[in-house]
Amino acid sequence: MAKRVRSMQDFDFRGTALSADEFSKGKVITTTGEPHAEYAWDCGPAISRYLEELRNGRLIARWCKRCNRTMLPPRMFCELCWCPTTEWRFVRDTGIVNTFSLCNITWDMKPLKTPQIPAVIEIDGASAGMGIMHLIGGCDPRKVRIGMKVKAVWKPAAEREGAITDILHFTPA
Amino acid sequence: MGMRRVAVIGAGMTRFVRRAKETPKELSFEATRMALDSCEMTRDDIDCVVHGTAPDAFDGVHMKAEYLCDGSGGVGKPYTRNYVGGGTGVFAPIQGWYHIASGMFDTCLVVCEEKMSSCQPHPQGAFLTIFDHTTERALGPNLLWIFALEMNRYMQTHGITLEEIAAVSVQNKGNALDHPCAQLGKKTTVKEVLESEVLAWPVHREMVSPTSDGAVALVLASEEVARRATPKPVWIDGVGWTLDTAYWCTRDLYYPRYVETAARMAYDMAGITEPDRQIDIAEPYDPFAYKMLHHMEGLMLCGKGQAPKLVADGVTARHGRLPCCPSGGLLGVGNPIAAAGLMKIAELFWQLRGEAGKRQVPGTPRKGVAQAWGDLMQVGTVVVMGA
Repeated sequence: MAKRVRSMQDFDFRGTALSADEFSKGKVITTTGEPHAEYAWDCGPAISRYLEELRNGRLIARWCKRCNRTMLPPRMFCELCWCPTTEWRFVRDTGIVNTFSLCNITWDMKPLKTPQIPAVIEIDGASAGMGIMHLIGGCDPRKVRIGMKVKAVWKPAAEREGAITDILHFTPA
Repeated sequence: MGMRRVAVIGAGMTRFVRRAKETPKELSFEATRMALDSCEMTRDDIDCVVHGTAPDAFDGVHMKAEYLCDGSGGVGKPYTRNYVGGGTGVFAPIQGWYHIASGMFDTCLVVCEEKMSSCQPHPQGAFLTIFDHTTERALGPNLLWIFALEMNRYMQTHGITLEEIAAVSVQNKGNALDHPCAQLGKKTTVKEVLESEVLAWPVHREMVSPTSDGAVALVLASEEVARRATPKPVWIDGVGWTLDTAYWCTRDLYYPRYVETAARMAYDMAGITEPDRQIDIAEPYDPFAYKMLHHMEGLMLCGKGQAPKLVADGVTARHGRLPCCPSGGLLGVGNPIAAAGLMKIAELFWQLRGEAGKRQVPGTPRKGVAQAWGDLMQVGTVVVMGA
C-alpha cells in the first residue's frame, strides 16, 4: 500500500517561546551554574620568539623557503607547502589597513562610550596580504580608511611584558 | 565512484524562538518525531543517527552529543556527532549521506539542535575563545569584529553600498513572514535597516540574525528504501566541504574561497557545470546580510561583486529567476546555529517537493543548493539537491 505523503502544512509545529519576562522574572523554573575553567598555554618555539621580540619592540616573522613567504605571526611550519620554515626575519612595525571596524558594543551587547577600532594590518616586510589583527588608536575614528598607512605605538620598554599588547595600537603614519 | 544514491524522504522542525521552554533533548525529540511522522516511519526503521550541534558552551554541557542522544533517537544505534562550527547544519546531512552512500546503512536520521539561550548573559560569550589565545585574545576581540572586518573588506573591494546590503535583510525578513516557524519575519525597509543601531561599523543591528533555540531533523534513505517510502524523494546529488587556514588575517576576506572549493566539489559530483543557469533555488548561509551576497559569489551563482545587483533586480526574490533564501534564511527564520543550516536543507526538500505552501517558489524547481559557513571564516559546507 502506498504511503500517504504528509507535507509540511499538515503539522502543528512544536517549540514553546518564553517571553523575556517569563525568564528574567523567574516565572518559569530554571537552574543556573557557572563552570570555571583555567588554562596555561605553552606558546611553542615560534610564538615564544614572537613574544620575546615584542618585548624588544620588534616584529619578527618566519620565512618559508619553498613558498618564499615571510609569515606573520611566525610559525615553525608552512601550512600551505607543509614544510618546516627555515629562517627568522625581522619585519617593520608599519603597515597598511587591510580592513577595519568601529565597534560600538561589548561582547555582551553593552554600549561603549568610544568605539574600539579593530583592524587587519598588513605588515611591511611580510609577504603581501600577510596581516595581523590589532587595534587602531590615537586618531579620529571617522578618518580611518582601508589602505591607510599606520605605525605601531609601543608601550614604554620598561612596561613591556612579551605580549601582543606591548603594541598599544597602530596609529596613522 | 561506486557510491549509492541517497535521498531525503522526511523532514521536521520546531519553531525557532529566542528562548524555548523545552530542553535541548525535548527540542530534538519534537523535530525528529515530525521528520519520522512525515514519512510514516518509526525509530525502528532507522539504522543510524547523526547529530550536528555547535559549541558545547551554549548549553554548558560538555560532550553535549551524548546528552542529546536520547532526544534524537540515537539510543542503542550507531550514533555520531559532528561539529564544524557554523557549517555544522549543512555538514550533518553530508555525514548522513556518506553513511548511506557507502553501503553501510539504508536509513539515517540527521538531527541538528541548538539552544543558545542557556548561555548567560549573552551567547556571544561562547565565541570569545575562538580567537588565538596568545596573539589575538589579549586584544579583547568579540565575534562581531570579524564580521565587521570582513563586511568592510567586501564592500570596499567591490564598491558595494550599505543600501545594497540592507536590501538582503528586507528580502529575507519579508520571506520569513510566510514561514510557520520563523522568529523574526517582518515587513521592513532599507531605510529602517539603515536607521537601526550600528553595532560594529558597517554592521547594523537589522543586518544580524538573532540568537535562537530550535531543532531540525531529516530522514535519509538509500534509493531502494526511498522509492518504497515516498513517491517524492529528493536526491542528494552532490556534497562538498572544505576548511581553510585559521590564520584568517592572511587571507583576503573579500571572497570566501573555501566556499568555492566546497561548491566545486559538490557541483562536480552533481554534474553542475554552470551553477548560475542550472541551479533553480538557493539557500546561501545568511547569518549577516552581507553573507548571503558573499556566499552567492562563493557558490558561483554570479560573478565576484555581482550579487548585490541580483538582489536589487529582484532576481533573488521568491518569484525571481534564482530565488535565494526563500525560507527567510537565518535573518528571518532565526539562527539556532546547527539547526539553522539544516533548516536550509529542509527548505530545499519542501521546495523541491512543491510542499512549501506560501513560500513555494513558482514553476517546478528541479535543482537546489544549500550552504553553510563558520569557524574563523574558514569552513564551507555545500549540498546540491535534486527533485
